[in-house]
Amino acid sequence: MARVVVDVMLKSEILDPQGQAVQRALPRLGFAGIADVRQGKRFELEVEGPVDDAALGRIREMAETFLANTVIEDFTVRVDS
Amino acid sequence: MTARIGVVTFPGTLDDRDTQRAVRLAGAEPVSLWHRDKDLQQVDAVVLPGGFSYGDYLRAGAISRFSPVMESVIAGAKDGLPVLGICNGFQVLTESHLLPGAMLRNNHLHFICRDQKLRVENAATVWTADYEAGQEISIPLKNIDGRYVADEHTLDELEAEGRVVFRYADWNPNGSLRDIAGITNAAGNVVGLMPHPEHAVEPLIGTGRTDGLGFFTSILRKLVNT
Repeated sequence: MARVVVDVMLKSEILDPQGQAVQRALPRLGFAGIADVRQGKRFELEVEGPVDDAALGRIREMAETFLANTVIEDFTVRVDS
Repeated sequence: MTARIGVVTFPGTLDDRDTQRAVRLAGAEPVSLWHRDKDLQQVDAVVLPGGFSYGDYLRAGAISRFSPVMESVIAGAKDGLPVLGICNGFQVLTESHLLPGAMLRNNHLHFICRDQKLRVENAATVWTADYEAGQEISIPLKNIDGRYVADEHTLDELEAEGRVVFRYADWNPNGSLRDIAGITNAAGNVVGLMPHPEHAVEPLIGTGRTDGLGFFTSILRKLVNT
């Protein structure tokens, strides 16, 4: 079965306090040199049948209407090989 | 004749009973609506109450928005049905695109539960007519995803059209843009806000104030007079 990955990230202009909290914790844990952290979501979709243009089109529609809120988030769709 | 006001229960809704009680105290008849039922039972208005519908999975309100009852609420709202979204209900309304913008995690990442002072900016909506513009009220606030955001253009438009209905007064509890606590749609029939008027309707409980009762008397007066 083919896997399609949808990554959802807050738009760059949207404040991400969770990412900031992670970034601030890093020096305390001994991880230096990380200037910024943005936290997002990754969806792994196990697709029945062929991952053709039609299937990817449906997945993009799914991402746009449901997996991401495009008011605040951007998404990417890719086939995981 | 009194008005019948529907109160939706999703799995994970917490404040449906308090909302029904507030509706009753205002003198209207509460009608319980179930998330899987498309039938709005010919109610005159709908309240989407607070809670954690569908566990807030994915995003707060994101799954509720696709429930059968919301199909009817969205269609009704577009035809002028008065709809009030409180807290999680506000999140459902933004996810449904009945109201612009979106709700995000509080900027300090803490769940907040306090009495919150609000300024009524728009007392002309069907849900705020019993208040006066500029009036300050104090009602409970309890959430973790209360930070209202929208792009600059949308914020300018909301302000220019008088669609910011409530702003946080004294202190912004979540980092919401332009101190916005509640907004309305262009037609004025759909209102959403983060704080909880239904928890401030009886002198016996909470702070002893009844500042939230006006939401429910406003809509009742509007419905009975038309």
